Amino acid sequence: MSLIIADKTFNSRLFLGTGKFSSNKIMEEAVLASGTELVTVALKRVDLKKENDDLLKHLKHPGINILPNTSGVRTAEEAVFAAQLAREALETNWLKLEIHPDPKYLMPDPFETLKAAEKLVKLGFVVLPYIHADPVLAKSLEDAGVAAVMPLGSPIGSNKGLKAKDFISIIIEQSNVPVVVDAGIGAPSHAAEALEMGADAVLINTSVAVASDPVSAAKAYKMAVIAGRLAFEAGLARESDTAEPSSPLTKFLSEE
Amino acid sequence: MFLDVLEKYDWNKIKQDIYSKTEKDVLLALNKPKRDLEDFKTLVSPAAFPYLEQMAKLSNKLTQKRFGKIIQLFIPLYLSNYCINECVYCGFNCHNDIERIILDEEQILNEVEAIKSYGFEHILLVTGEAPSIAGMEYFERVIKLIKPYFALISMEVQPLEAAEYIKLKKLGLNTVYIYQETYNKESYKKFHGKTKKSDFAYRLHTPDRLGKAEMHRIGIASLLGLEDWRTDAFFTALHLKYLEKKYWKSKCSISFPRLRPHKGSFKPEFSISDAELVQLITSYRIFDEEVELSISVRESRKFRDNVVKLGITSMSAGSKTKPGAYALNYNALEQFEVFDERTPSEVVDMIKSKGYEPVWKDWDYYMQL
Repeated sequence: MSLIIADKTFNSRLFLGTGKFSSNKIMEEAVLASGTELVTVALKRVDLKKENDDLLKHLKHPGINILPNTSGVRTAEEAVFAAQLAREALETNWLKLEIHPDPKYLMPDPFETLKAAEKLVKLGFVVLPYIHADPVLAKSLEDAGVAAVMPLGSPIGSNKGLKAKDFISIIIEQSNVPVVVDAGIGAPSHAAEALEMGADAVLINTSVAVASDPVSAAKAYKMAVIAGRLAFEAGLARESDTAEPSSPLTKFLSEE
Repeated sequence: MFLDVLEKYDWNKIKQDIYSKTEKDVLLALNKPKRDLEDFKTLVSPAAFPYLEQMAKLSNKLTQKRFGKIIQLFIPLYLSNYCINECVYCGFNCHNDIERIILDEEQILNEVEAIKSYGFEHILLVTGEAPSIAGMEYFERVIKLIKPYFALISMEVQPLEAAEYIKLKKLGLNTVYIYQETYNKESYKKFHGKTKKSDFAYRLHTPDRLGKAEMHRIGIASLLGLEDWRTDAFFTALHLKYLEKKYWKSKCSISFPRLRPHKGSFKPEFSISDAELVQLITSYRIFDEEVELSISVRESRKFRDNVVKLGITSMSAGSKTKPGAYALNYNALEQFEVFDERTPSEVVDMIKSKGYEPVWKDWDYYMQL
């Protein structure tokens, strides 16, 4: 089953970030190998005044959509400004809203993010906010009209996997918009785990970009995401800590 | 303020700690998931020196994880070499009898044109310390003038007041580099005589003032050559942790200004070898995975080529260290001798050949409204 966010249908549930690669060419090869249909681009890395930005040039392929992100901004005001520039220059109203006033761990600011999301939705943007795995914030953003929520699995760039698993599963349970697990995924097995839990998609960057062979890493993620989703749709039996008693305790109810 | 923290530590005691670290301490520090200041002492100690290859590998891995396989590029624009200070280790020393100039607006635009033709988006403005000639009014004018041409503006000038930093930040200033030179109070006095700069505490608290002004990035360093580098590195690391914790909205950056030949006769009393400088660079990275580490053209070609993979995240390229040198070919006094004289495009080719992406632009004006 494909994934629908706003007006777009995605056959791939793998989204890729485009930073940290050793060259734009290798980034392009990894993007193509991953089968992704949505890639994030940090606006701050793009020269919006230039016609032929090198990073964007390498992403011009049919079926690949650009999701500009506001990485680097610290306030709602800056995010809204950046979004408007992106819309004009990149001709898309999609936006990954990312506000982190903390340059060390790049933790998303919940207050500014909600404020910016409300404003951007009113301005006609398709907003995908990057947030902590905070179920209340996810619901508030949904109420504000965002197209999806993107909770972090672990601190960004940490490769630690789904440390926030318990909270992500609450978000998945309660959300009426797609849930994309973003940040912290460090291995294909983590990505599969997120999809098995019912996450709608994952966004990967560091783990692919910094791999010795980014193209193979991208392929591995492609397969992991397909496997994870398939497992979710198959309705796998849940693991259980308790042994099933061999003679059911309520058997007597059906006895004559 | 940081002086209160600094005064809790005794220079000689710290130095003794560092020099008495053992192999066992090194193995412990290298195998921890996170290192504290005690581990930092170990990392810069002579005991860790035999583990340089292991430290380099770890630093490479941690840097790639956080920053990716990229190197940011910037270029300094020297605006003025007037200076009222008499730092014996610096070419701008007021006793050096050389031609002094300060660039006017037309000259600056000429320099900017040359710099832009190389491709730079990140610029570092540099002056000597002469507030009556190159002071706030001049800085405000220059930043306004060059802002349309650059995505990121940094500055390395005399220490200013917090309110002045706020003013410059509003005009588009992103980063301020301010080096303590040495954290040893006595040595600091010795090197800075009776000039304005001799006020140790005022200089030391400049990063505090920058933090209060919420400057986006604060660059600190100790000069390599004035004192025992290992002990100065400890205090720089202490300063770094203090700033990161107290001014959590500001990014920190560390530089490695190793004293280079210049006009005057100063010979550094404490030298640091290439291998030791690698130990220092990798120590900072292993200690702090998020801090930016920057290297200048004070270093040789060979050294710069090889530290691309060792933890460095930004480097200058094609730099000239005297005012008016890019477009105007003025023969004014330079601050220090440039060791790596390659053009920016040659440095870019070198970075690519190492399997890294040179990044010209990683900021934009709307990110500081």
